[in-house]
Amino acid sequence: MNQESLLEIEHLTVRFEVDGDVIRAVNDVSLSVSEGRTLGLVGESGAGKTTTALAALHLIQQPPGIIEEQSRIRVCGKDILNMNQRELSRTRGADISMIFQDPMTSLNPVFTVADQIAESIYAHVDCTKKEAYERALNMLEIVGIPRDRASEYPHQFSGGMKQRVVIAIALACNPKVLIADEPTTALDVTIQAQVIDLMKTLKQKYRTGMILITHDLGIVADICDDVAVMYAGRIIEQGTLREVFNHTLHPYTEGLFNSLPDIKNRKAKLIPIPGLMPDPSNLPEGCAFAPRCRYATEECRKTLPVLQPFEGTHQTACLAYSRPGEDFVLERNRAK
Amino acid sequence: MSDVILDVKNLKKYFKTSRGLLHAVDNVSFTLERGKTLGVVGESGCGKSTTGRAILRLIEPTSGEVWFEGTDLTTLSERDMRMKRRELQMIFQDPYASLDPRRTVKQAIEEPLKYNKIITDKYDRDDRTVELMHTVGLAERLINTYPHELDGGRLQRIGIARALALNPKLIVCDEPVSALDVSIQAQILNLLEELQEKMGLTYIFITHDLAVVNHFADEIAVMYLGQIIEKAEAEELFDNPMHPYTQALLSAIPVTQTDDRPQRIILKGEISSPIDPPDACRFAPRCIYATDECRASDPAFREMSPGHFVACHRCRQVGKGANEA
Repeated sequence: MNQESLLEIEHLTVRFEVDGDVIRAVNDVSLSVSEGRTLGLVGESGAGKTTTALAALHLIQQPPGIIEEQSRIRVCGKDILNMNQRELSRTRGADISMIFQDPMTSLNPVFTVADQIAESIYAHVDCTKKEAYERALNMLEIVGIPRDRASEYPHQFSGGMKQRVVIAIALACNPKVLIADEPTTALDVTIQAQVIDLMKTLKQKYRTGMILITHDLGIVADICDDVAVMYAGRIIEQGTLREVFNHTLHPYTEGLFNSLPDIKNRKAKLIPIPGLMPDPSNLPEGCAFAPRCRYATEECRKTLPVLQPFEGTHQTACLAYSRPGEDFVLERNRAK
Repeated sequence: MSDVILDVKNLKKYFKTSRGLLHAVDNVSFTLERGKTLGVVGESGCGKSTTGRAILRLIEPTSGEVWFEGTDLTTLSERDMRMKRRELQMIFQDPYASLDPRRTVKQAIEEPLKYNKIITDKYDRDDRTVELMHTVGLAERLINTYPHELDGGRLQRIGIARALALNPKLIVCDEPVSALDVSIQAQILNLLEELQEKMGLTYIFITHDLAVVNHFADEIAVMYLGQIIEKAEAEELFDNPMHPYTQALLSAIPVTQTDDRPQRIILKGEISSPIDPPDACRFAPRCIYATDECRASDPAFREMSPGHFVACHRCRQVGKGANEA
């Protein structure tokens, strides 16, 4: 982390108050992204990944959302949580951009794709409408759509092509930080491979800092440099790709790997994580994963673990490692 | 080939559209042995779901035969088919959409028993409902809850309980775990596997997830634009894929290892239109091995090694392409 951080999130805590219920969506999350690095944000639905991403663009609806006071988010050094509307619209799109999960619903059906890209350029860059349109055509080429399809409408494109348009819009103003929320989930595998390839190129060419939100550990291994695993609104393990994947520390991360079918060993039995993620409006007192954890003890149910540093940049929040007189090793690592 | 439960011959389903005939399922043939699982894989729009539905006659096939235990299902009257369908059930992709939001778990599970007049006594039906809930791992206390109170994994368990209610022999599972989180996905896959062992079920498992199908299926059929283009035992297909499309598909599976990652084959372009396809290999426009022959005639589905079928003019030359990676 000696490079300058483009995006810095510190102690982000977001709760939603709905019908008297308090939903603790994100709890004390800290992470940072620097130039040319891609952070994979992993976890199941409801873990708080998307809420974290929306907060980074200050896009959380308030109310019902409440970003608690200790939260700090800096985009290219600027405090995005205390910007006025004008500053916000200048920052979004230019400094930080987001690709949403569903390309089918994030485009406007009544404008041509080139117009939609040009709109974003015209809003952020000092140029004429014609210049913006010309740049939009270039953007289309960068994402691999031929220029002669520029005047077509979203419904004339397939899912993969629409996702390329969405990526083109997000990249049109050359943002320094890009947040991609499950960018390939709605796509077929061969098209997914094309989009991932495109994102890799962009990362190398423009040194964009990226957060890739996904539940697919295979995609993370393909494109990410760093990984943060979220569970029930907290980061429970964080480190470089190799640290987290090859020297897994948290029982939940281990559980995720065990739940995946292994292509090399097709008859290996899947080991699911029993039970469900706790309701974020009713989080347990201790470790949120304890009720599903095969290593949990009485203490885990009472005390909330905090992230502890391990080797390198690797951190995990698990009490098993601080049990006195025990040298705890996950099952996954014992075989090695 | 001793105990064939299902024999599908030249199954076709065409849809009329304003632009021509859409060949959703085009000449699909396969046999399936009792107690086995056939995985059907392919990308969206390749006709895998339509194939599953046409077999159960949830949509009427345009032509072809579907022999189930010696009866051609396509010749049955609607009434007879309804009787037969007790033995052939389906599990749907989206558990949120496939259950009636106004019915409790109990009502949902007992509906097939009631409708088919299998158990007419109310109390006996209650007993059977509870028994089914146990079978699929649903806690009895949930019997009076509504779908919106439950998570995706539990809803899919209800879908499975409904399918099991009539003691079927064959179940078509259409993307049964795609809508679920990985940790829950593994729970459901394990459940389906247990049930197969216990009840001797035969599955047609439709999915786009190759890692899942590799784990789950005995045999795999790969579909592209309405046709099966390759079919083999799961292990053989993964070790020795012959069709260029299968090779690309397998290479695109995201794997979790951080070093020595396999080389991806990136396909150009996208699936072409299934409307009035020309007499040519349908994959040719995206295929790096394609020759004039591929663009001039549709390759036959040939047995290249025992049990391994491929529809490709050039599969001898393509052969081991994927293993280089």
